[in-house]
Parts: sequence; structure tokens; C-alpha cells
Amino acid sequence: MREKQVVVQLPQGLHARPATLFVKTATSFSSEIGLIKGGKSANAKSIIGVMSLAVANGETVKLTADGSDEEEALDKLAAFLEQGAE
Amino acid sequence: MGTIRVHGIGASAGIAIARAQVWKKQDQKISQEVRSPEEELARFKTASELALSGLATLYEETRLRLGQKEADIFQAHMMLLQDPELIGQIEVLLAAGNINAEAAVQQATGELATLFSSLEDEYMRERAADIRDVGQRLLSCLQEAVWGNLQGTAREEKGTSLDAVIVVAHDLSPSDTAQLDTGLIKGFATQIGGGTSHSAVMARALGIPAVVGLGQALEQVEDGDLIVLDGTAGLLCLRPGEEELAFYEQKRADWLREKNRQARWAALPTVTKDGHRVEVGANIGHPDECRAVQQVGGEGIGLFRSEFLFMNRASMPDEEEQFQAYRQVAQDMNGKPVVIRTLDIGGDKELPYMNLQSELNPFLGYRAIRLCLDREELFLTQLRAILRASHYGSVKLMYPMIATLEEWRAANRLLAEAKETLARAGIPFDPAIEVGLMIEVPAAALASELFARDADFLSIGTNDLIQYTLACDRMNEQVSGLYQPFHPAILRLIRQVIDAAHRYGRRVSMCGEMASDPLAIPLLLGMGLDGFSMSASSVLAARELINHLSFEEMKELAEAALKLEGQEQVKALLLERTRVQINA
Repeated sequence: MREKQVVVQLPQGLHARPATLFVKTATSFSSEIGLIKGGKSANAKSIIGVMSLAVANGETVKLTADGSDEEEALDKLAAFLEQGAE
Repeated sequence: MGTIRVHGIGASAGIAIARAQVWKKQDQKISQEVRSPEEELARFKTASELALSGLATLYEETRLRLGQKEADIFQAHMMLLQDPELIGQIEVLLAAGNINAEAAVQQATGELATLFSSLEDEYMRERAADIRDVGQRLLSCLQEAVWGNLQGTAREEKGTSLDAVIVVAHDLSPSDTAQLDTGLIKGFATQIGGGTSHSAVMARALGIPAVVGLGQALEQVEDGDLIVLDGTAGLLCLRPGEEELAFYEQKRADWLREKNRQARWAALPTVTKDGHRVEVGANIGHPDECRAVQQVGGEGIGLFRSEFLFMNRASMPDEEEQFQAYRQVAQDMNGKPVVIRTLDIGGDKELPYMNLQSELNPFLGYRAIRLCLDREELFLTQLRAILRASHYGSVKLMYPMIATLEEWRAANRLLAEAKETLARAGIPFDPAIEVGLMIEVPAAALASELFARDADFLSIGTNDLIQYTLACDRMNEQVSGLYQPFHPAILRLIRQVIDAAHRYGRRVSMCGEMASDPLAIPLLLGMGLDGFSMSASSVLAARELINHLSFEEMKELAEAALKLEGQEQVKALLLERTRVQINA
């Protein structure tokens, strides 16, 4: 089990398209992945869970991963949150 | 039963004549029977797979027929359907026993939808509808009922000898309209909805006639009734008599012939016979209308009304939401110019969250730029959103209702402030964004030279300019005869604005209704107007007309028209001369 603190750098926050891409990326790993904001946590593979956290640009979130590819999963997802996708 | 005529809002032009197919969402009889938890879970899994494959087909068909963006919604639905959180909740409910799959789906999607609709964010609230849509789809699959979509029903009907139909419904959701098969559906008529509702926009994109907002009268229509739908006039005629039917058949034939003939102009530029180039662009009120503009080859968006973002809601749209809408238009137009007009709203519109007082004289009152300059935060938010969108295409900014140079300067000071805020935050925008203003107050028209000095462009808004100049409310039938676009005063004002703009090398366009009037176009062209902006459905006719005219001859025509003493004389001259032109 590993975790990582990330400051979100997505101009529109974790919304709409970015949220979809984030969940798609998370789903490509076999590890259990969680996204935590404040006291609330969500399954990073659930679009409903991720969107219900309503993560805005500049907010700090914690990523957790548990499984065989946890390290790679954390790196990839953290990079996504910090730089956005395109 | 006799003929009934119902008036509504013409949402998409054209004439359709066909039998009615009254479409009701299937009243689903929800099964109450509860089997063992394992059986219920298996039923849920089967239904889920069925729903998923249905969505995959829908996605692919929509992508091919309407495009990627329209199809995206179904991909989002597929993702929701596979969501571990949703599936997890349903599984937990089922494992507890004593509940069937139908009830578990209803409960889980209902709770999630409620959660989403309580969020502050507009985008999230819209997702609540998606979750409900997915829930409905699952229920239908559980019932083993055919998903009650239009296409399916229409195909069946066709198999049993009925030809294409006009769909009659209370309302149509985005997924309903996306599924319409234009080969089988000749048009649609709905009880509710307005000209910028989603279904209206979609109908225009599909090129089928539609009339919306027909009200309760529509309930008199029964399956198989013969209907005439006039999307141009906003009329539905139920069970027409023989004479009426013949009249509309002729009108439909004319419309189709005209549509086919005009289609070839979509790919051509707007150039007069003697090589003078002008721009014919479109006015839009919603980002989704870009599609229709592209289809007719509009040379840009001459007026993007930003009001739609502010109407029918409980709170102000934030910068992000506005930015997304403006950016969508900038990107959809692929580098063609997009003129975004800042908020033009005032005392005659209901916006509860703005706390506007009702006024005795709203058109002379607290509205448009006057209100924006007074509520700086609101204005700055919109300016930042527009600036941010300018990074993604060719965006221009336009202020409405400017009457004095002080207003113009105050607006630009706030624009400079918005630019500075973005620059400090390192957010990209086009620093050289062009800024112009609407000339719609007579004072601004008379003093247009003062504005032409430092504006990048001018745009004449004739609807208000005529109304203010002739002191007549065109909605008031008793004085609407005074609403005269060809009054010598109006022609002189337009001429003066164009000349002033050209003295300073600025472009000047027109975005009022006059710009699409076939009688006015030759005159405006002759006066030197550089751009004409109108509803997308008028673009092809306008381009065709201009390409048949000679700029040099229209200049002479304009000179002659400006010497006449009244609207009637001007119209008579234009009628005579343009007829000669086109036949020549």
C-alpha cells in the first residue's frame, strides 16, 4: 500500500473530460486505487465517486494504491493530476 | 372531426406532411416479484450487459450520423453503467435479500441522482439526469421490454405499411432526438420547449422541420392522424382539408426544391459578380448551433448571444462554465471569427438571482452594458471567461448598447483589468483580441466616428436602432407600422456608420434582422457593409443573392435610394431594380 499527496493542477478541476480520463487511467491498473479529499474518499475507478468529490483546481488530494502495479499507478495518476492530460 | 390549427414556435424550418405517431414514454410496469438474491443478481447482470450493448450501438450510430460530440453522451452513459460504485450499491442491496433487481436499480440510481442534483455545480447537476437515464435503461432491459425508442417503433410501423411519420410528443430529451432516424421521421412537434432548447438545436442540425411549444392542444392528436407541420411559420395543422393539403404540398415541394438548389452555395465564398468580397456569418444563441452554421458554410459567427448561459437558472454561471461554452464555439468554428457579445440583459427579463427591479420603460432602462458597468464582478467574470476562450480560436469581443464614449472606455478599463488578472495567473489568452461595439443606440450611430477611432470593428444592431430612432415598440401592434427599416433616417444612419468606420479602416457588419432581408441586402451591399450576420437558415439565400449582384451597380442603387423621401419609395425602387438585376 502506497500513498501520495498531490496538488491538483487542472484548470477546470477534476470535472467532465478530465474526470473521465482520470477514471479511465485508473481502471487500466489492477491495484485498488483511492482518491481522498478532506475527510471524503472515493474509488478512483468510479466516475460517480470521483465526480462527487468535486475536486477543484489548486486543491490538495491524496492518492492511495494497493496492488502489484501500485507504484506505476500512483506515478501516472499523480502526473495526470499535476499536469493535466491532453 | 374537423381541421385544427395550433400555433407554436418554429424551431426548425421546412414543411412536413405525414401521419402522426404519438410518442409516450412507455409506462413501465415494475415487477414486484422477488426471486432469490442469486437470481436477482443474475437478472441484473444480464440486463446490464443488454443495456451496455444497446448503448454501444447507439454510440456508434450517433457518431457516424451526427458526430463525435453528440455521441460522447452515450459513452458517458456506458461508463456510468459500469461504475463500481453504482454496481456495488446495487449488489449490496440485492445481497441483503427481500428486494428485486428493479427496486434495487431504482433505489441506487435514485439516491445517486439526488446526491448529484443537490451539488452546487451546474455540470454535476446535469449528470443527475444521466444517472436517471441509465437507471431507466436498466429497468427497460429488466422488463425485457423493447427499449421504447422512436427508431424501434418507427421501424416496426414501417414494416406494417405506414410510411414516415411526424413524431408528436410532450418533450424530447437529447437521447430521444439523437436517435431520430431522419429517413423515417419527417419532423417533430412537442408541447413544451423553446427555440433554443436542445431538441430545437438538434432538429436544425438534422435539417428536419420542428415546431415546439405547441401546448396542451397537442393532446388532441391521435396516432395515424394526418398532420401538416410548418416549421417556418411555427404551425401545426391537424387533419387538414383537401384545399389546405394541396396548398401545403405545393409549399413543401417549393421548399425542397429551394433547399436543394441552395445547398451548393455552402461551399462557395461570398463574392459579387465584379469580385467584391463580403462575409456572410451567423447569429447563434447556443454553442450547439455551430453545427448548423458549419453546414451552411457560415463565414464566422457575427453574433454569439451570451444570454442563454444566464437564463432559466437559479444562480449566476461561474467563470469556468462560461469559459467552457465560449471555448466550445471558438473550437467548433475552426479559426473562423467568433464575435461574442457581452451580457445583454435587463429589466424586461426575469432573472431572480440578479434582483432586478421591474421598470416602467425597460428598453430605456437598466440593461446591457449599463448593468454590466454597474456590477463589475459579474462583468469581469464574463470578460475573463471570454479572454480565456480567445486562446482556442479567433474570438472577438463586443459590447452591447453603448451610448457614450465614457461607457466604451469604462468597459475597456475593466477589460484591461481582466487581462492583467489572467496574465498574473499565467493563464493564456489572445492579448490582441479585437474589441468592438454594437451600434444600436442612435446617439452612438450619430457619433460613430468617435467610436471608430479606437474600436477594432463596429456592428450595427438594426432591431434596436430602428426601434429607438423611430420611437416605436415593434411588438405594439398599434404602432408597429412605424417600425420602418427603409426610413430615410435609418438609411442615413447606416450610411454614416459605415463611412465613419471605413475612414478609420475598420470593418463594419450588421447583425439585426435587416441583414437577412433580400430587399435590404443589395442596398446594404451598395452602402459598403463588410459583413452580414443572420440566422444560419438564411445564410445560403443571402450568399446566393450577393453572388448574383454587381457591387458597382449596387453602389449606384444605394445613392439613388438615399435621395428618396420615404420607406415606400425606397422599397419600390429596390423591388424594381433587384428584379432586373437577378433576371439579367
